[in-house]
Amino acid sequence: MAVAETQIEKRKEIGWLERWLGHDTYRTVKGMATNPISVIGLVLLAFFILVALLAPVLAPVQPGGDPYRIPRDGYGSVPEPPGTPWESRQPPIPFWWSWVMPEEYHDQWIHIMGTASGQWDIYYGVVWGTRTALEVGLQITFVGALVGVTLGAISAYYGGAVDMVIMRIADIFLAFPFTLAAMTLSAVLTPVLGKGLVPPKIALMAFGWTGFARLLRSDILSVREREYVLAARVVGVKDARILFRHILPNAIFPTLVLGSMRIGSYVITFAALSFLGIGAEVGYADWGQLLSFARAWMTNLGTYWYIVIYPGVALVLFVLAWNLVGDALRDVLDPRLQGSR
Amino acid sequence: MTIENTTMETSTPREIVLQVNNLKKYFPIKRGVFQTKVGDVKAVDGVSFEVFKGETLGLVGESGCGKTTTGRTIIRLYEPTAGHVDFMGADMAQLRGEELRNIRKRMQMIFQDPYASLNPRMSVLKIVGEPLEVFHVANREERKERVAELLEMVGLNPDFMRRYPHEFSGGQRQRIGLARALALNPEMIICDEPISALDVSIQAQVVNLLEELQDKLGLTYIFIAHDLSMVRHISDRVAVMYLGKIVELTTREELYQHPLHPYTEALLSAVPVPDPVVEEQRKRILLEGDLPSPANPPHGCNFNTRCPKAFELCFQEEPEYLEVKPGHFCACHLVKP
Repeated sequence: MAVAETQIEKRKEIGWLERWLGHDTYRTVKGMATNPISVIGLVLLAFFILVALLAPVLAPVQPGGDPYRIPRDGYGSVPEPPGTPWESRQPPIPFWWSWVMPEEYHDQWIHIMGTASGQWDIYYGVVWGTRTALEVGLQITFVGALVGVTLGAISAYYGGAVDMVIMRIADIFLAFPFTLAAMTLSAVLTPVLGKGLVPPKIALMAFGWTGFARLLRSDILSVREREYVLAARVVGVKDARILFRHILPNAIFPTLVLGSMRIGSYVITFAALSFLGIGAEVGYADWGQLLSFARAWMTNLGTYWYIVIYPGVALVLFVLAWNLVGDALRDVLDPRLQGSR
Repeated sequence: MTIENTTMETSTPREIVLQVNNLKKYFPIKRGVFQTKVGDVKAVDGVSFEVFKGETLGLVGESGCGKTTTGRTIIRLYEPTAGHVDFMGADMAQLRGEELRNIRKRMQMIFQDPYASLNPRMSVLKIVGEPLEVFHVANREERKERVAELLEMVGLNPDFMRRYPHEFSGGQRQRIGLARALALNPEMIICDEPISALDVSIQAQVVNLLEELQDKLGLTYIFIAHDLSMVRHISDRVAVMYLGKIVELTTREELYQHPLHPYTEALLSAVPVPDPVVEEQRKRILLEGDLPSPANPPHGCNFNTRCPKAFELCFQEEPEYLEVKPGHFCACHLVKP
């Protein structure tokens, strides 16, 4: 027996992590951990997740109160700048306040980021709005991706008439401009389902699945013809197992990239709907809704900059974080870019 | 070896493992929004041959002549358009569902591209053990033992079973593919250009391994290739394909010494001889042009567009595929029994 090839040359032993994750997954994880772009994105994301988790500590509300209702300090129509003390209906002061402030302010809770017209506290809106942003982005993307992945997989797998019908339906959905379509559907659904987060979420989900379906379909079609899939068929592997063990693991990554990019864009579209008044109701802790307070002060934004800057920066950084992660993921996964970074 | 010897050899009755009868595989050409069928690519157009137990049948031809499609249609990776494939009493072309799955235990395939034929996300243990797993022939521990045994059989260190395909060289990967094909103890293996993607030095190793295993396990091979010298080395009989049809089929010695079909002659004349004197004087037949489109094959004989000997009849009538000498089949108007 020829044993000439039994030695693996020029290949170093691989570590336990690589063995456990499998080479491709390991390479992806390693790429994500060493790529500066992805590290910036991941750090930003970690920051937002931390803020969302710590919201009750950062911005405590009255016990029993709805944290997503932004507390308001009276009803005055003129915004107050950052640092203005709370005057009426002051929420509980967080315990860390006494650590960062000098003695004389220990009992005085202030509007850290100022107030919007109607005296809604911007700081509360931004902090609790982080939770809304994550919830909205992840939920819409998850449902959209789930529907898209299912339909895309069915479409690619069965082909023929099924494929034709699903893809034509996707084409119809794609024929409408995304934001406009989501806006219209959200406006139509609002009287039926009541004002709140649900109608815009459903509207974005309804028009968001098409990209996932088409992308996954094309990737499955290309992977399906690879020889290892043929080999699996030849050794008698059943269809479902071929799909889940051989095709999907090798076809799903571009969809994940799309998903991470989409989270940011859904959040921004959702903010746009809120800004236009067909998203979250007034006073809900949502960045887009906060921004909509600025509509009345468009000409005076030099004075009332804080209405726009704080929620705006939060929104921009949030979208940036997901885009950086998505970009990095794509670079790591695209073999043509390997070695160029 | 003389012709008399080979004829005698083929005249003794031998057990037929696989009988392919008038096998056709057409791929529809679809156009437009409603995907209406406008024609067919006749990748395999009426192929008939038989394979005897324990032999190696070489299947040669240039790229695009349908040899890979033939192999894949036999093993039902593609649905045959017409024809019968009789494999040890079962008609492969008709089998459905579970019956087809079960026949896979007896007929296996190894693939051309060792870099594409192993799932990059599975370890060697999983790849080679998968057939055992899906047929529930072994539990986890037994599977591990069997995989180790298979790896040893193909000349790989069993300690490598936890590794992933990218950690291996092309030749080693092809051995893994072979181990996977052997897992269920098949009687027949279709080798779809198993060495074309390998370095020349590795090619010989893999071919020798295939021969060794054939002797040891009594395997029957269909060996698809375009490299005539390698086919000559491994095959007992050789079938030459051109544009979806077999033009000539006979024993290796007969084919290489007394080719009858003009296409076979041209193919053989292209093989360099490792002797400068002979090589110097060797007459080469250069074929003009390319393989015609299988979507629109020429009228009459398929080969008439490039055949140096074509005459009137070749453009009017398709030559019949006949046994012109015992055990020597040929489809050419110039060759009659």
